[in-house]
Amino acid sequence: MAALLPELLSLASGTLRMATPLILCAMGGLFSERSGIVDIGLEGKMLAAAFAAAAAAAVTGSASAGLAAGCGAALLLALVHGFASITHGGNQVVSGVAVNMLASGLTITFGQAWFASGGATPALPASARFMTVVGGHNILVLAALASVPLTWWVIGRTRFGLRLRAVGESPRAVQAAGVSVAGLRYRAVLACGLLTGIAGTYLSLAQSAGFSREMTAGQGYIALAALIFGKWRALPAFGACLLFGFVDVLAIRLQGVAVAGVAVPVQLFQVLPYGLTVILLAGFVGRAVAPKAIGLPFVGGR
Amino acid sequence: MPVTIGGFVRAILVVGAVSGPAAAAEAADIKPAVVFDLGTKYDKSFNEGVFNGTERFRKEFNVPVAEFEPANETQFEQAHRRFAQRGQDPILAVGFNQASVVDRIAKDFPDTRFSLIDGVSKLPNVQSVLFREQEGSFLVGMLAAMASKTGKVGFVGGMDIPLIRRFACGYGQGVRYADAKAELIQNMTGTTPSAWNDPGRGAELARGQFDRGVDVVFAAAGATGLGVLQAAKDAGKLSIGVDSNQNHLHPGSVLTSMVKRVDVAAFDSFKEARDGTWKGGVSVLGLKDGAIDWALDDNNKALITADMKSRVDAAKADIISGKIKVVDYMEGNSCPP
Repeated sequence: MAALLPELLSLASGTLRMATPLILCAMGGLFSERSGIVDIGLEGKMLAAAFAAAAAAAVTGSASAGLAAGCGAALLLALVHGFASITHGGNQVVSGVAVNMLASGLTITFGQAWFASGGATPALPASARFMTVVGGHNILVLAALASVPLTWWVIGRTRFGLRLRAVGESPRAVQAAGVSVAGLRYRAVLACGLLTGIAGTYLSLAQSAGFSREMTAGQGYIALAALIFGKWRALPAFGACLLFGFVDVLAIRLQGVAVAGVAVPVQLFQVLPYGLTVILLAGFVGRAVAPKAIGLPFVGGR
Repeated sequence: MPVTIGGFVRAILVVGAVSGPAAAAEAADIKPAVVFDLGTKYDKSFNEGVFNGTERFRKEFNVPVAEFEPANETQFEQAHRRFAQRGQDPILAVGFNQASVVDRIAKDFPDTRFSLIDGVSKLPNVQSVLFREQEGSFLVGMLAAMASKTGKVGFVGGMDIPLIRRFACGYGQGVRYADAKAELIQNMTGTTPSAWNDPGRGAELARGQFDRGVDVVFAAAGATGLGVLQAAKDAGKLSIGVDSNQNHLHPGSVLTSMVKRVDVAAFDSFKEARDGTWKGGVSVLGLKDGAIDWALDDNNKALITADMKSRVDAAKADIISGKIKVVDYMEGNSCPP
């Protein structure tokens, strides 16, 4: 039993490392979607932030400048999404996909223009990255952990949160109460931009030492799935993110391990996260009810 | 279709002009092209090694080299066909993943010369260059076992293919040759070509191995290996680079690199075409050709003791003379335990 403890600790800490970008993205998505704005662009915002953070850190040599640039880039894309879907009432899914494609193309284009190495940024020295502070984890992991109770408190216990939830369920009632629907939704989308910005910065400045193209590798979509798993609530979504992170770590650790003398094929473990997702979605989550007004553009005068 | 046929005829005409009698005299008259493997041109490893070779050729002979960097594996065929139609010759295909494509395209363009690194095609207009990676992996495996304080060493492969198992198998044999009690933990990054370009996952695999006591890790994984090397540097462990000399990436943390001279292979293939000495067929290069080696330079000389160096040099001589036989995984698709 004593020999098992370090193994479990190592698993737990690996889970946390893998889940950090998912948690930040899911919390960001929660703000946006609870206000009625579908956000399929989590992936794109995170990718743009990862690039901006690595580029700024490479030029200035400062991790905080990287974080600022990362959040700035994600906020900018969040505004684009908001402008299309809130101000102009465009289709939110289309706008989100556009954000993803924009980020995917622009990061490589700028990367090639500035650093001329196939879209990647130069490898960063330790001084330009977020390094370990507590128990093998860096400050951004702690930020991800803090974002969960913070999101829960803001959404569930503050006046802003109450209005935000209301605007996602019945924007007309919010308007009738004399509160600006567009104003609330813009604030929600910006909160989402900020959190995805931190997630992207984590990818390029903490988990890796620099940006490489398409480095988000679909984690934005996984975060969106976790958000739906968690029925658009902070704590269950957090649990779903941890579960995804854990399965990923397990797939890595169990590779090449023999069970009862038989070497288990690698492919079995690689299919584990996807298999588990299907099983959980089909059997255990139950009905996930989205905010009522999600995806519907609000036109005040009608 | 007319476009294809037009291009095809033009390709034959151009190629005919190049490989005809006039071409032998006009040595500079070639239009070389290269199709890289997945994982970006600047992976500081496999692709970048090839790129260094083609760049050297371009500068030395002032001949432009057309390049194609595929974004996914479905683009290989298109890239080769377009190059062949445009009259590029010779065309260099980089990596195991392109072998079947080259086999098809070379049949359609029998007058275009193809060079294939890490794959085999039996067609007369294809030059296949293979390496005995197991020999170099054996040597770096010995170094890993000798440098390890915990007696546990790690291996992180890229895509799970027989070629990468050959690296792993040679490495394991070297580890046990140096220290019969040493333990080897190995992981593959994935089963699709995206496994060549996933530094985040590479880093996580390395951290998982460090948690289990590994203190030297060998990465044979293209750009994914950059994450492995970075994780080793962050955790204060040792790593071993691959293909290109990667010692300079993290001086003092990269123990050595298993160097595979793909740059020389690329340069030679273009130069032979230029000189008119290009020949089809399969060549297998290893330690004795200087095509495979381990890297020792200013960045890692503090990590390699005189004793380690002499033991590895002795083993190298023994492999070349045939006294030590390193088992090749790809011969029987199995590795000695």
